[in-house]
Amino acid sequence: MKEIINLPVKNVEEEEYHINMGPQHPSTHGVLRLVVSLKGEIVKSLKPHCGYIHRGIEKMCEKDTYPQIIHLTDRMDYLSAHINNHAVCMLVEKALEVEVPERVKYIRTIVDELNRIASHQLWWCSFGMDMGGLTCFFYGLRDREKILDIFEESFGSRLLHSYYTPGGLMMDIHPNFQKNVKAFIKYFRKKIKDYDELLTGNIIMQLRTRGIGVLSKEDAISYGITGPSARASGFACDVRKHDPYGVYDKVDFKEILGTTGDTLERYMMRMHEMHESMKIIEQLIDNIPEGDYAAKMKAVIKLPAGEYFQRVEAARGELGVYVVSDGNKSPYRMKFRSPNFSNLSVLDHLSRGCKIADLIAIGASLDYVIPDIDR
Amino acid sequence: MNNEALKERILGLVPDAEYQENKQFLTFIIPPAKMHDLALRLKNEADLAFDYLFCLTAVDMVKFLEVVYHLESTTHRHQVVLKVRTEDRVNGAVDTVCDIWRTAEFHEREAFDLMGIRFNNHPDLRRIFLEEGWVGHPLRKDYVDEVNIVEF
Repeated sequence: MKEIINLPVKNVEEEEYHINMGPQHPSTHGVLRLVVSLKGEIVKSLKPHCGYIHRGIEKMCEKDTYPQIIHLTDRMDYLSAHINNHAVCMLVEKALEVEVPERVKYIRTIVDELNRIASHQLWWCSFGMDMGGLTCFFYGLRDREKILDIFEESFGSRLLHSYYTPGGLMMDIHPNFQKNVKAFIKYFRKKIKDYDELLTGNIIMQLRTRGIGVLSKEDAISYGITGPSARASGFACDVRKHDPYGVYDKVDFKEILGTTGDTLERYMMRMHEMHESMKIIEQLIDNIPEGDYAAKMKAVIKLPAGEYFQRVEAARGELGVYVVSDGNKSPYRMKFRSPNFSNLSVLDHLSRGCKIADLIAIGASLDYVIPDIDR
Repeated sequence: MNNEALKERILGLVPDAEYQENKQFLTFIIPPAKMHDLALRLKNEADLAFDYLFCLTAVDMVKFLEVVYHLESTTHRHQVVLKVRTEDRVNGAVDTVCDIWRTAEFHEREAFDLMGIRFNNHPDLRRIFLEEGWVGHPLRKDYVDEVNIVEF
Protein backbone atom coordinates (compact mmCIF):
# COMPACT_ATOMS: atom_id res chain seq x y z
CA MET A 1 0.00 0.00 0.00
CA LYS A 2 2.77 2.35 0.99
CA GLU A 3 4.59 1.75 -2.30
CA ILE A 4 1.59 2.77 -4.33
CA ILE A 5 1.24 6.05 -2.49
CA ASN A 6 4.91 6.84 -3.04
CA LEU A 7 4.73 6.33 -6.81
CA PRO A 8 5.78 9.56 -8.53
CA VAL A 9 2.72 11.32 -9.90
CA LYS A 10 3.18 12.81 -13.36
CA ASN A 11 2.59 16.52 -13.38
CA VAL A 12 0.38 17.18 -16.39
CA GLU A 13 0.97 20.91 -16.06
CA GLU A 14 4.63 20.48 -16.91
CA GLU A 15 4.76 17.52 -19.23
CA GLU A 16 3.50 17.50 -22.78
CA TYR A 17 1.06 14.70 -23.52
CA HIS A 18 -1.13 13.68 -26.45
CA ILE A 19 -4.81 12.99 -26.66
CA ASN A 20 -6.80 11.65 -29.58
CA MET A 21 -9.90 13.63 -30.49
CA GLY A 22 -11.91 11.40 -32.74
CA PRO A 23 -12.30 9.57 -35.04
CA GLN A 24 -15.59 9.28 -33.18
CA HIS A 25 -16.04 12.61 -31.47
CA PRO A 26 -19.18 14.74 -31.71
CA SER A 27 -17.30 17.99 -32.30
CA THR A 28 -15.41 16.73 -35.33
CA HIS A 29 -18.78 16.30 -37.10
CA GLY A 30 -17.71 13.09 -38.77
CA VAL A 31 -14.80 10.73 -38.81
CA LEU A 32 -11.79 12.98 -38.37
CA ARG A 33 -9.03 12.25 -35.87
CA LEU A 34 -7.07 15.10 -34.32
CA VAL A 35 -3.96 14.18 -32.35
CA VAL A 36 -3.60 17.07 -29.94
CA SER A 37 -0.39 17.78 -28.01
CA LEU A 38 -1.27 19.40 -24.72
CA LYS A 39 0.53 20.96 -21.82
CA GLY A 40 -2.00 21.28 -19.06
CA GLU A 41 -5.00 22.30 -21.11
CA ILE A 42 -3.06 24.47 -23.54
CA VAL A 43 -2.81 23.14 -27.10
CA LYS A 44 0.85 23.00 -28.18
CA SER A 45 0.29 21.49 -31.60
CA LEU A 46 -2.23 19.46 -33.49
CA LYS A 47 -2.03 16.89 -36.24
CA PRO A 48 -5.15 16.03 -38.24
CA HIS A 49 -5.37 12.45 -39.48
CA CYS A 50 -7.78 12.17 -42.38
CA GLY A 51 -8.78 9.35 -44.65
CA TYR A 52 -11.35 7.51 -42.52
CA ILE A 53 -13.97 8.15 -45.20
CA HIS A 54 -11.70 8.28 -48.24
CA ARG A 55 -13.60 6.64 -51.09
CA GLY A 56 -11.34 7.49 -53.98
CA ILE A 57 -13.93 9.59 -55.78
CA GLU A 58 -11.26 10.99 -58.12
CA LYS A 59 -10.25 7.48 -59.15
CA MET A 60 -13.89 6.43 -59.60
CA CYS A 61 -14.46 9.43 -61.87
CA GLU A 62 -11.84 8.10 -64.28
CA LYS A 63 -14.17 5.18 -65.02
CA ASP A 64 -17.46 7.07 -65.08
CA THR A 65 -19.19 9.20 -67.70
CA TYR A 66 -19.86 12.85 -66.93
CA PRO A 67 -23.58 12.40 -66.10
CA GLN A 68 -22.55 9.63 -63.69
CA ILE A 69 -19.96 11.84 -62.01
CA ILE A 70 -22.76 14.20 -60.92
CA HIS A 71 -23.93 11.53 -58.51
CA LEU A 72 -20.49 11.23 -56.93
CA THR A 73 -20.05 14.96 -56.36
CA ASP A 74 -23.21 14.98 -54.24
CA ARG A 75 -21.41 12.79 -51.80
CA MET A 76 -18.41 15.03 -51.21
CA ASP A 77 -19.83 18.04 -49.41
CA TYR A 78 -23.27 16.59 -48.95
CA LEU A 79 -24.52 19.84 -47.38
CA SER A 80 -23.89 21.79 -50.57
CA ALA A 81 -24.77 18.97 -52.95
CA HIS A 82 -26.44 21.22 -55.53
CA ILE A 83 -23.47 23.56 -55.66
CA ASN A 84 -21.03 20.69 -56.21
CA ASN A 85 -23.21 19.44 -59.06
CA HIS A 86 -23.27 22.93 -60.48
CA ALA A 87 -19.47 22.95 -60.78
CA VAL A 88 -19.31 19.75 -62.81
CA CYS A 89 -22.26 20.75 -65.01
CA MET A 90 -20.75 24.13 -65.82
CA LEU A 91 -17.41 22.53 -66.58
CA VAL A 92 -19.00 20.20 -69.13
CA GLU A 93 -21.08 23.01 -70.62
CA LYS A 94 -18.01 25.24 -70.89
CA ALA A 95 -15.96 22.52 -72.57
CA LEU A 96 -18.69 21.72 -75.10
CA GLU A 97 -19.61 25.40 -75.51
CA VAL A 98 -23.25 24.68 -74.77
CA GLU A 99 -25.40 27.66 -73.85
CA VAL A 100 -27.95 26.65 -71.21
CA PRO A 101 -31.41 28.29 -71.25
CA GLU A 102 -31.95 31.35 -69.04
CA ARG A 103 -34.59 29.45 -67.08
CA VAL A 104 -31.98 26.90 -66.04
CA LYS A 105 -29.57 29.60 -64.87
CA TYR A 106 -32.27 31.22 -62.73
CA ILE A 107 -33.42 27.97 -61.17
CA ARG A 108 -29.86 26.86 -60.50
CA THR A 109 -29.01 30.13 -58.78
CA ILE A 110 -32.11 30.00 -56.59
CA VAL A 111 -31.53 26.38 -55.64
CA ASP A 112 -27.85 27.04 -54.90
CA GLU A 113 -28.79 29.79 -52.51
CA LEU A 114 -31.48 27.69 -50.83
CA ASN A 115 -28.82 25.02 -50.43
CA ARG A 116 -26.46 27.57 -48.91
CA ILE A 117 -29.08 28.66 -46.38
CA ALA A 118 -29.82 25.03 -45.47
CA SER A 119 -26.12 24.38 -45.03
CA HIS A 120 -25.60 27.43 -42.83
CA GLN A 121 -28.64 26.45 -40.76
CA LEU A 122 -27.09 23.09 -40.04
CA TRP A 123 -23.78 24.80 -39.27
CA TRP A 124 -25.62 27.03 -36.81
CA CYS A 125 -27.17 23.95 -35.16
CA SER A 126 -23.84 22.28 -34.67
CA PHE A 127 -22.05 25.47 -33.68
CA GLY A 128 -24.57 26.03 -30.93
CA MET A 129 -24.34 22.44 -29.86
CA ASP A 130 -20.54 22.52 -29.72
CA MET A 131 -20.80 25.58 -27.50
CA GLY A 132 -23.15 23.68 -25.21
CA GLY A 133 -26.50 25.10 -26.33
CA LEU A 134 -28.66 22.18 -27.38
CA THR A 135 -31.66 24.43 -28.12
CA CYS A 136 -29.91 25.73 -31.23
CA PHE A 137 -29.87 22.25 -32.63
CA PHE A 138 -33.64 21.94 -32.54
CA TYR A 139 -34.30 25.47 -33.81
CA GLY A 140 -31.91 25.09 -36.74
CA LEU A 141 -33.12 21.67 -37.79
CA ARG A 142 -36.74 22.76 -37.56
CA ASP A 143 -36.11 25.53 -40.10
CA ARG A 144 -33.84 23.44 -42.32
CA GLU A 145 -36.68 20.96 -42.60
CA LYS A 146 -38.71 23.59 -44.50
CA ILE A 147 -36.03 23.80 -47.19
CA LEU A 148 -35.67 20.04 -47.37
CA ASP A 149 -39.43 19.78 -47.89
CA ILE A 150 -39.18 22.16 -50.85
CA PHE A 151 -36.29 20.09 -52.25
CA GLU A 152 -38.18 16.87 -51.75
CA GLU A 153 -41.27 18.14 -53.56
CA SER A 154 -39.37 19.42 -56.58
CA PHE A 155 -36.40 17.10 -56.90
CA GLY A 156 -37.56 13.92 -55.21
CA SER A 157 -34.93 13.70 -52.52
CA ARG A 158 -33.82 15.57 -49.47
CA LEU A 159 -30.05 15.35 -49.23
CA LEU A 160 -28.39 13.90 -52.32
CA HIS A 161 -30.44 15.37 -55.12
CA SER A 162 -28.38 15.03 -58.31
CA TYR A 163 -30.83 17.53 -59.73
CA TYR A 164 -28.52 19.27 -62.19
CA THR A 165 -27.32 17.47 -65.26
CA PRO A 166 -24.89 18.65 -67.94
CA GLY A 167 -26.99 20.97 -70.09
CA GLY A 168 -29.74 21.74 -67.63
CA LEU A 169 -31.90 20.09 -65.02
CA MET A 170 -33.23 16.57 -64.55
CA MET A 171 -36.82 17.84 -64.49
CA ASP A 172 -38.71 21.08 -64.23
CA ILE A 173 -39.54 22.63 -60.86
CA HIS A 174 -42.76 21.69 -59.12
CA PRO A 175 -45.70 24.11 -59.71
CA ASN A 176 -45.66 24.91 -55.97
CA PHE A 177 -41.94 25.72 -55.91
CA GLN A 178 -42.17 29.50 -56.20
CA LYS A 179 -45.04 29.76 -53.73
CA ASN A 180 -43.25 27.58 -51.18
CA VAL A 181 -39.93 29.37 -51.50
CA LYS A 182 -41.59 32.73 -50.95
CA ALA A 183 -43.43 31.35 -47.94
CA PHE A 184 -40.15 30.02 -46.57
CA ILE A 185 -38.36 33.37 -46.96
CA LYS A 186 -41.18 35.10 -45.12
CA TYR A 187 -41.05 32.49 -42.37
CA PHE A 188 -37.26 32.45 -42.04
CA ARG A 189 -36.90 36.24 -41.90
CA LYS A 190 -38.91 36.10 -38.69
CA LYS A 191 -37.12 33.07 -37.32
CA ILE A 192 -33.58 34.26 -37.93
CA LYS A 193 -34.21 36.96 -35.33
CA ASP A 194 -34.57 34.14 -32.81
CA TYR A 195 -31.14 32.88 -33.85
CA ASP A 196 -29.62 36.22 -32.98
CA GLU A 197 -31.49 36.49 -29.70
CA LEU A 198 -30.66 32.94 -28.73
CA LEU A 199 -26.98 32.69 -29.63
CA THR A 200 -25.46 35.79 -31.25
CA GLY A 201 -26.23 38.06 -28.34
CA ASN A 202 -25.47 35.40 -25.75
CA ILE A 203 -22.71 36.68 -23.48
CA ILE A 204 -21.28 33.23 -22.78
CA MET A 205 -20.99 32.52 -26.49
CA GLN A 206 -19.40 35.91 -27.11
CA LEU A 207 -16.85 35.48 -24.35
CA ARG A 208 -15.90 32.06 -25.68
CA THR A 209 -15.40 33.24 -29.24
CA ARG A 210 -14.18 36.84 -29.20
CA GLY A 211 -10.43 37.05 -29.83
CA ILE A 212 -10.11 33.27 -30.10
CA GLY A 213 -8.37 31.69 -33.10
CA VAL A 214 -7.45 34.92 -34.87
CA LEU A 215 -6.53 34.43 -38.52
CA SER A 216 -4.79 37.26 -40.36
CA LYS A 217 -5.63 38.08 -43.96
CA GLU A 218 -2.13 37.10 -45.16
CA ASP A 219 -2.40 33.72 -43.45
CA ALA A 220 -5.89 33.16 -44.83
CA ILE A 221 -4.60 33.66 -48.38
CA SER A 222 -1.43 31.66 -47.83
CA TYR A 223 -3.31 28.71 -46.32
CA GLY A 224 -5.86 28.88 -49.14
CA ILE A 225 -8.78 29.41 -46.76
CA THR A 226 -11.95 30.35 -48.63
CA GLY A 227 -15.60 30.97 -47.97
CA PRO A 228 -17.05 32.72 -44.92
CA SER A 229 -14.05 31.67 -42.83
CA ALA A 230 -11.70 33.66 -45.07
CA ARG A 231 -14.01 36.61 -45.53
CA ALA A 232 -14.01 37.03 -41.75
CA SER A 233 -10.31 37.89 -42.09
CA GLY A 234 -10.99 40.36 -44.90
CA PHE A 235 -9.95 38.13 -47.80
CA ALA A 236 -12.34 38.96 -50.67
CA CYS A 237 -12.68 35.49 -52.15
CA ASP A 238 -16.34 35.21 -53.15
CA VAL A 239 -16.33 33.44 -56.53
CA ARG A 240 -19.88 34.66 -57.10
CA LYS A 241 -18.50 38.22 -57.21
CA HIS A 242 -15.09 37.74 -58.82
CA ASP A 243 -15.90 35.08 -61.40
CA PRO A 244 -19.71 35.21 -61.70
CA TYR A 245 -21.67 32.23 -62.95
CA GLY A 246 -25.41 31.49 -63.13
CA VAL A 247 -27.18 34.84 -62.83
CA TYR A 248 -25.09 36.21 -59.97
CA ASP A 249 -24.00 39.09 -62.21
CA LYS A 250 -27.64 40.20 -62.50
CA VAL A 251 -28.53 40.27 -58.82
CA ASP A 252 -27.63 42.79 -56.20
CA PHE A 253 -25.85 41.34 -53.19
CA LYS A 254 -22.95 42.32 -50.99
CA GLU A 255 -19.76 40.43 -50.33
CA ILE A 256 -19.50 41.08 -46.62
CA LEU A 257 -15.95 41.22 -45.30
CA GLY A 258 -14.92 41.01 -41.69
CA THR A 259 -12.06 42.73 -39.96
CA THR A 260 -11.02 40.83 -36.85
CA GLY A 261 -10.78 37.29 -38.22
CA ASP A 262 -11.62 35.64 -34.91
CA THR A 263 -14.14 32.91 -34.19
CA LEU A 264 -16.96 35.36 -33.52
CA GLU A 265 -16.34 37.10 -36.86
CA ARG A 266 -16.50 33.77 -38.71
CA TYR A 267 -19.81 33.15 -36.96
CA MET A 268 -21.12 36.56 -37.97
CA MET A 269 -20.13 36.07 -41.63
CA ARG A 270 -22.41 33.08 -41.97
CA MET A 271 -25.28 34.87 -40.26
CA HIS A 272 -24.88 37.76 -42.72
CA GLU A 273 -24.65 35.34 -45.61
CA MET A 274 -28.03 33.83 -44.82
CA HIS A 275 -29.56 37.31 -45.13
CA GLU A 276 -27.73 37.93 -48.41
CA SER A 277 -28.88 34.57 -49.80
CA MET A 278 -32.47 35.41 -48.97
CA LYS A 279 -32.02 38.73 -50.76
CA ILE A 280 -30.73 36.96 -53.87
CA ILE A 281 -33.61 34.49 -53.89
CA GLU A 282 -36.18 37.27 -53.50
CA GLN A 283 -34.81 39.10 -56.53
CA LEU A 284 -35.05 36.00 -58.72
CA ILE A 285 -38.00 33.96 -57.58
CA ASP A 286 -40.68 35.99 -59.39
CA ASN A 287 -38.62 36.47 -62.54
CA ILE A 288 -37.88 32.90 -63.62
CA PRO A 289 -38.24 33.09 -67.41
CA GLU A 290 -40.33 30.56 -69.32
CA GLY A 291 -38.51 28.06 -71.50
CA ASP A 292 -36.88 24.67 -71.58
CA TYR A 293 -35.41 23.17 -68.47
CA ALA A 294 -32.51 21.62 -70.36
CA ALA A 295 -30.47 22.29 -73.46
CA LYS A 296 -30.22 19.57 -76.04
CA MET A 297 -27.18 17.41 -75.37
CA LYS A 298 -25.71 14.44 -77.20
CA ALA A 299 -26.52 11.04 -75.73
CA VAL A 300 -22.83 10.35 -75.09
CA ILE A 301 -20.94 13.33 -73.75
CA LYS A 302 -17.30 13.48 -74.79
CA LEU A 303 -15.19 16.48 -73.86
CA PRO A 304 -12.63 17.62 -76.45
CA ALA A 305 -9.07 16.79 -75.42
CA GLY A 306 -7.64 19.46 -73.16
CA GLU A 307 -7.76 20.86 -69.66
CA TYR A 308 -10.69 22.54 -67.98
CA PHE A 309 -11.14 24.24 -64.65
CA GLN A 310 -14.33 25.45 -63.05
CA ARG A 311 -14.71 27.15 -59.70
CA VAL A 312 -17.87 27.78 -57.73
CA GLU A 313 -18.65 29.21 -54.32
CA ALA A 314 -19.84 26.29 -52.20
CA ALA A 315 -21.25 26.91 -48.74
CA ARG A 316 -17.81 26.42 -47.16
CA GLY A 317 -15.65 28.08 -49.75
CA GLU A 318 -14.27 27.71 -53.20
CA LEU A 319 -14.75 24.37 -54.91
CA GLY A 320 -12.55 23.88 -57.96
CA VAL A 321 -12.98 21.10 -60.47
CA TYR A 322 -10.00 20.32 -62.68
CA VAL A 323 -10.40 17.91 -65.58
CA VAL A 324 -7.82 16.59 -67.98
CA SER A 325 -9.67 15.07 -70.91
CA ASP A 326 -8.24 12.85 -73.64
CA GLY A 327 -11.41 13.07 -75.72
CA ASN A 328 -13.13 10.02 -74.24
CA LYS A 329 -16.46 9.80 -72.47
CA SER A 330 -14.81 9.72 -69.06
CA PRO A 331 -12.13 12.11 -67.82
CA TYR A 332 -8.46 11.16 -67.95
CA ARG A 333 -7.89 12.79 -64.58
CA MET A 334 -10.34 14.60 -62.36
CA LYS A 335 -9.37 16.64 -59.34
CA PHE A 336 -11.65 18.29 -56.84
CA ARG A 337 -10.07 21.17 -54.99
CA SER A 338 -12.34 20.96 -51.99
CA PRO A 339 -12.73 23.92 -49.65
CA ASN A 340 -12.70 21.86 -46.46
CA PHE A 341 -9.38 20.21 -47.25
CA SER A 342 -7.64 23.57 -47.40
CA ASN A 343 -9.57 24.91 -44.44
CA LEU A 344 -8.44 21.96 -42.33
CA SER A 345 -4.78 22.79 -42.88
CA VAL A 346 -5.10 25.98 -40.84
CA LEU A 347 -6.46 24.29 -37.71
CA ASP A 348 -2.99 23.60 -36.28
CA HIS A 349 -1.96 27.22 -36.79
CA LEU A 350 -5.16 28.61 -35.22
CA SER A 351 -5.34 26.39 -32.18
CA ARG A 352 -1.74 26.72 -30.93
CA GLY A 353 -1.73 28.40 -27.55
CA CYS A 354 -5.49 28.08 -27.12
CA LYS A 355 -7.24 26.01 -24.50
CA ILE A 356 -8.67 22.69 -25.61
CA ALA A 357 -12.22 24.05 -25.17
CA ASP A 358 -11.32 26.85 -27.60
CA LEU A 359 -10.25 24.24 -30.14
CA ILE A 360 -13.87 23.04 -30.24
CA ALA A 361 -15.07 26.59 -30.89
CA ILE A 362 -12.48 27.15 -33.62
CA GLY A 363 -13.32 23.84 -35.28
CA ALA A 364 -17.02 24.65 -35.17
CA SER A 365 -16.42 28.06 -36.75
CA LEU A 366 -14.46 26.53 -39.63
CA ASP A 367 -17.44 24.26 -40.33
CA TYR A 368 -15.97 20.99 -41.54
CA VAL A 369 -17.71 18.39 -43.63
CA ILE A 370 -15.42 15.37 -43.45
CA PRO A 371 -16.44 13.54 -46.67
CA ASP A 372 -15.36 16.68 -48.52
CA ILE A 373 -11.91 16.55 -46.90
CA ASP A 374 -11.35 12.89 -47.70
CA ARG A 375 -13.23 12.59 -50.99
CA MET B 1 -1.55 42.64 -65.93
CA ASN B 2 -3.14 41.11 -69.00
CA ASN B 3 -2.13 37.71 -70.30
CA GLU B 4 0.16 39.03 -73.06
CA ALA B 5 2.18 41.16 -70.67
CA LEU B 6 2.21 38.36 -68.10
CA LYS B 7 3.50 35.92 -70.67
CA GLU B 8 6.43 38.16 -71.56
CA ARG B 9 7.14 38.84 -67.89
CA ILE B 10 7.32 35.14 -67.01
CA LEU B 11 9.35 34.24 -70.10
CA GLY B 12 11.69 37.04 -69.05
CA LEU B 13 12.13 35.39 -65.65
CA VAL B 14 12.57 31.85 -67.01
CA PRO B 15 13.59 31.95 -70.68
CA ASP B 16 13.48 28.15 -71.08
CA ALA B 17 9.89 27.87 -69.84
CA GLU B 18 7.70 26.25 -72.44
CA TYR B 19 4.45 28.04 -73.28
CA GLN B 20 1.47 25.70 -73.62
CA GLU B 21 -1.72 26.53 -75.52
CA ASN B 22 -4.72 26.60 -73.17
CA LYS B 23 -8.08 28.29 -73.67
CA GLN B 24 -8.67 29.23 -70.07
CA PHE B 25 -5.37 29.95 -68.35
CA LEU B 26 -1.91 31.11 -69.33
CA THR B 27 0.09 27.88 -69.01
CA PHE B 28 3.83 27.21 -68.79
CA ILE B 29 5.94 24.12 -68.38
CA ILE B 30 8.80 25.01 -66.04
CA PRO B 31 12.08 23.07 -65.73
CA PRO B 32 12.02 21.42 -62.27
CA ALA B 33 15.26 23.03 -61.10
CA LYS B 34 13.88 26.53 -61.66
CA MET B 35 10.43 26.07 -60.13
CA HIS B 36 11.17 27.09 -56.55
CA ASP B 37 13.06 30.21 -57.57
CA LEU B 38 10.32 31.25 -59.96
CA ALA B 39 7.63 30.61 -57.35
CA LEU B 40 9.40 32.89 -54.89
CA ARG B 41 9.59 35.70 -57.42
CA LEU B 42 5.97 35.24 -58.51
CA LYS B 43 4.88 35.63 -54.91
CA ASN B 44 7.16 38.48 -53.90
CA GLU B 45 7.42 40.83 -56.86
CA ALA B 46 4.85 43.58 -56.57
CA ASP B 47 3.59 43.59 -60.15
CA LEU B 48 3.04 39.81 -60.09
CA ALA B 49 1.96 39.18 -56.46
CA PHE B 50 0.69 35.63 -56.94
CA ASP B 51 -0.24 35.10 -53.32
CA TYR B 52 -3.04 32.54 -53.68
CA LEU B 53 -2.37 28.97 -54.76
CA PHE B 54 -5.91 27.80 -55.46
CA CYS B 55 -5.13 24.33 -56.72
CA LEU B 56 -2.15 22.02 -56.61
CA THR B 57 -2.48 18.60 -58.12
CA ALA B 58 -0.60 15.90 -59.97
CA VAL B 59 -1.41 14.07 -63.20
CA ASP B 60 0.02 10.79 -64.47
CA MET B 61 0.63 11.22 -68.20
CA VAL B 62 2.26 7.76 -68.40
CA LYS B 63 5.42 9.13 -70.08
CA PHE B 64 5.94 11.49 -67.17
CA LEU B 65 4.35 12.65 -63.95
CA GLU B 66 3.22 16.24 -63.84
CA VAL B 67 2.57 18.61 -60.93
CA VAL B 68 0.11 21.39 -61.79
CA TYR B 69 0.01 24.67 -59.87
CA HIS B 70 -2.95 27.05 -60.31
CA LEU B 71 -2.01 30.51 -59.09
CA GLU B 72 -3.95 33.70 -58.66
CA SER B 73 -3.10 37.19 -57.46
CA THR B 74 -5.69 38.54 -55.03
CA THR B 75 -4.59 42.13 -55.73
CA HIS B 76 -4.33 42.08 -59.54
CA ARG B 77 -6.75 39.17 -60.12
CA HIS B 78 -4.60 37.59 -62.83
CA GLN B 79 -4.06 33.86 -63.02
CA VAL B 80 -1.41 31.52 -64.29
CA VAL B 81 -0.89 27.76 -64.44
CA LEU B 82 2.57 26.26 -63.99
CA LYS B 83 3.51 22.66 -64.66
CA VAL B 84 6.55 20.74 -63.57
CA ARG B 85 7.36 17.35 -65.06
CA THR B 86 9.39 14.42 -63.83
CA GLU B 87 10.02 11.27 -65.84
CA ASP B 88 11.32 9.21 -62.93
CA ARG B 89 8.38 7.09 -61.76
CA VAL B 90 10.23 5.58 -58.80
CA ASN B 91 12.09 8.47 -57.20
CA GLY B 92 10.57 11.40 -59.07
CA ALA B 93 10.83 14.52 -56.96
CA VAL B 94 10.20 18.23 -57.28
CA ASP B 95 10.96 21.03 -54.82
CA THR B 96 8.25 21.86 -52.33
CA VAL B 97 6.52 25.24 -52.46
CA CYS B 98 4.95 24.99 -49.00
CA ASP B 99 7.41 27.52 -47.61
CA ILE B 100 5.88 30.00 -50.08
CA TRP B 101 2.20 29.03 -49.98
CA ARG B 102 1.26 27.20 -46.77
CA THR B 103 -1.71 25.51 -48.41
CA ALA B 104 0.75 23.46 -50.48
CA GLU B 105 1.70 21.42 -47.41
CA PHE B 106 -1.52 19.38 -47.43
CA HIS B 107 -1.91 19.36 -51.19
CA GLU B 108 1.62 18.04 -51.66
CA ARG B 109 1.00 15.34 -49.10
CA GLU B 110 -2.08 14.36 -51.11
CA ALA B 111 -0.08 14.29 -54.35
CA PHE B 112 2.56 12.16 -52.66
CA ASP B 113 -0.01 9.78 -51.23
CA LEU B 114 -2.12 9.24 -54.32
CA MET B 115 0.35 9.90 -57.14
CA GLY B 116 3.71 9.05 -55.59
CA ILE B 117 5.61 12.23 -56.32
CA ARG B 118 8.17 13.21 -53.69
CA PHE B 119 8.62 16.81 -52.64
CA ASN B 120 12.12 17.87 -51.58
CA ASN B 121 12.35 19.82 -48.29
CA HIS B 122 8.71 19.14 -47.36
CA PRO B 123 8.43 19.34 -43.55
CA ASP B 124 6.09 16.38 -43.07
CA LEU B 125 5.84 14.20 -46.16
CA ARG B 126 3.59 11.34 -45.04
CA ARG B 127 0.58 9.68 -46.60
CA ILE B 128 -2.51 11.74 -45.81
CA PHE B 129 -5.50 9.55 -46.74
CA LEU B 130 -4.18 6.01 -46.99
CA GLU B 131 -2.58 4.17 -44.12
CA GLU B 132 1.17 3.88 -43.62
CA GLY B 133 2.44 0.79 -45.43
CA TRP B 134 -0.06 0.98 -48.28
CA VAL B 135 1.51 -0.44 -51.43
CA GLY B 136 1.36 1.72 -54.53
CA HIS B 137 -0.21 5.03 -55.42
CA PRO B 138 -3.84 4.64 -56.54
CA LEU B 139 -4.19 7.55 -58.94
CA ARG B 140 -1.40 6.27 -61.16
CA LYS B 141 -2.55 4.73 -64.41
CA ASP B 142 -0.59 1.51 -63.82
CA TYR B 143 -2.06 0.91 -60.34
CA VAL B 144 -3.61 -2.53 -60.05
CA ASP B 145 -6.22 -3.48 -57.46
CA GLU B 146 -7.99 -6.64 -58.54
CA VAL B 147 -10.37 -6.66 -55.59
CA ASN B 148 -11.78 -3.15 -55.55
CA ILE B 149 -11.42 -1.91 -59.12
CA VAL B 150 -13.74 -3.73 -61.51
CA GLU B 151 -12.71 -3.56 -65.16
CA PHE B 152 -15.57 -3.49 -67.66
